[in-house]
Amino acid sequence: MTSLRLGLRQVRYEFVAFYRNPASAFFTFAFPLIFLVIFNLLFGNEELELDGGTTNVSTFYVPAIAALSVVNACYTGLAMSMSISRDQGLLKRLRGTPLPASSFLIGRVVFMTLVAIALVAIVTLFGTLFYGVDVPTNTLPAFVISLAIGAAAFSILGLAITSLIPNADAAPAVVNASILPLLFISDVFIPIDTDAPQWLTLIGDLFPVKHLSVALQTAFNPFETGSGFEPEHLGVIVLWGAIGGVFAARRFSWEPRV
Amino acid sequence: MTSTPDRAIEVVGLRKRYGSLDAVAGIDLHVNRAEVFALLGPNGAGKTTTVEILEGHRDRDGGSVDVLGHDPQHSGQAFREQIGIVLQSTGVEPYLTVEETLEQFSGYYPRPRPIGEVLEVVGLSDQGGARVRQLSGGQQRRLDVAVGLVGDPDLLFLDEPTTGFDPAARRQAWGLVHNLQALGKTVFLTTHYMDEAQQLADRLAIIVAGEIVAEGTPGELMNRDHVSTIEFQQTPAATSFIAGVLGEVAIGDGLVTIKTSEPTSALAMISGRAAEQGVELEGLTVTRATLEDVYLELAGPGAAADATGDDAGAEVSG
Repeated sequence: MTSLRLGLRQVRYEFVAFYRNPASAFFTFAFPLIFLVIFNLLFGNEELELDGGTTNVSTFYVPAIAALSVVNACYTGLAMSMSISRDQGLLKRLRGTPLPASSFLIGRVVFMTLVAIALVAIVTLFGTLFYGVDVPTNTLPAFVISLAIGAAAFSILGLAITSLIPNADAAPAVVNASILPLLFISDVFIPIDTDAPQWLTLIGDLFPVKHLSVALQTAFNPFETGSGFEPEHLGVIVLWGAIGGVFAARRFSWEPRV
Repeated sequence: MTSTPDRAIEVVGLRKRYGSLDAVAGIDLHVNRAEVFALLGPNGAGKTTTVEILEGHRDRDGGSVDVLGHDPQHSGQAFREQIGIVLQSTGVEPYLTVEETLEQFSGYYPRPRPIGEVLEVVGLSDQGGARVRQLSGGQQRRLDVAVGLVGDPDLLFLDEPTTGFDPAARRQAWGLVHNLQALGKTVFLTTHYMDEAQQLADRLAIIVAGEIVAEGTPGELMNRDHVSTIEFQQTPAATSFIAGVLGEVAIGDGLVTIKTSEPTSALAMISGRAAEQGVELEGLTVTRATLEDVYLELAGPGAAADATGDDAGAEVSG
């Protein structure tokens, strides 16, 4: 438990370092809002009549942008920040202190998870105020929990990909190449058509992004009558998180490779 | 392995291989408690590999290592609570302030040293509120040392603490190491500047191509061959002055140079004869071997470039 306590203590310093770089902090939070605005401009915000009642299309943009926010803050953000810290020698320096490695990693994962949750809260608030987004009440716990599970899993995957990134200069290329194509075939930016090649759909099903997207869509659907949980989809996300965790634990390096 | 209480570090037959290269080729060394020990050697001699094995950052391929009663390769938190590490490169969060950084690191240790005290030791008392990224290079290095000290370690590793410093910053850094010595800390430092080793170290070892070629106090190493050098400007009668003097004589560039292990009698003989003839020996000097001479002799010509490197050049006394 000491390791957890020390890990939570780390969160404070992560937070201070984060807001001390205002440009980075501002655009991290502006990013999902920009998408909300663009989705509205491109796809409109019509009123929909569905079985349970009416709502605006924006209500369905929110969970997609939530998935994007989780991927961006946790996976991309963590992989980038870890690569930079590794190049700066911060990781090696910490390795020489009594701080358990797990505490440092817990600190970063918890911090990034909190950032992702804050991003989604902001998008939801903005959507409610300006685009008539309906926030579900029955399934809200499912939405928050699914979000937290996704954030934790994608943070761990961010750590795992860091062990494949040789140095910070290579980080953007590796991270983008590994995630951007997946976002396009995972119901995040655009719904996957039924006439899309089957193999492409299959790839989307194999990776965790689509499952996160589906889980969040269900949990944010105001007309969902059940609890809003998607156990199978969440299961795939947890499985990916576990695989990433094992991989990161084996391969994680505290020093950049040259 | 048993460690004697007065030994902080005991290394026997340490080996580390990178591919086909023996970076460290079976070295023995020991460091006593409360001693400043310098591992001196040219770039690529195996200094950093050695110190990183002692710190627990690298695994060794052979030999035994005892640091404060621990084997660094197989020890965890308890070991790292007792040591402080200052790596060659800075490794702290650039957006935190100096005080926040120390506060963060002090939380990792059971008995940290008060932050104000640490700042004073490293001379950063006025920079406590400054962001790390705004510090000068020398200040960042001192912050590194502060981070290494904040856990109040028994043993501090300093890997090339002054590389890239201007002469004034080096003097300050040396003062800092003297402060650590006064605190009773054991300090293990690596350097390729022999004047630094001579200034700071109670004992030192010279490592060349992965092997220890000399070890002892700076005094012992300088007196290793018991050779002193007598020099004066050449005069027509010089050969008659030095006739029969025991030692190695060289005449050239207008200088007469005698390397001798009996400087007193040699000097008496030479100066006696010159005085008799009323000749003043211009530029007469007697010098004992400097650590630089010993180092260059042991480390070979490759070391010369390092030894008189740009930033050290101004301070290397010949």
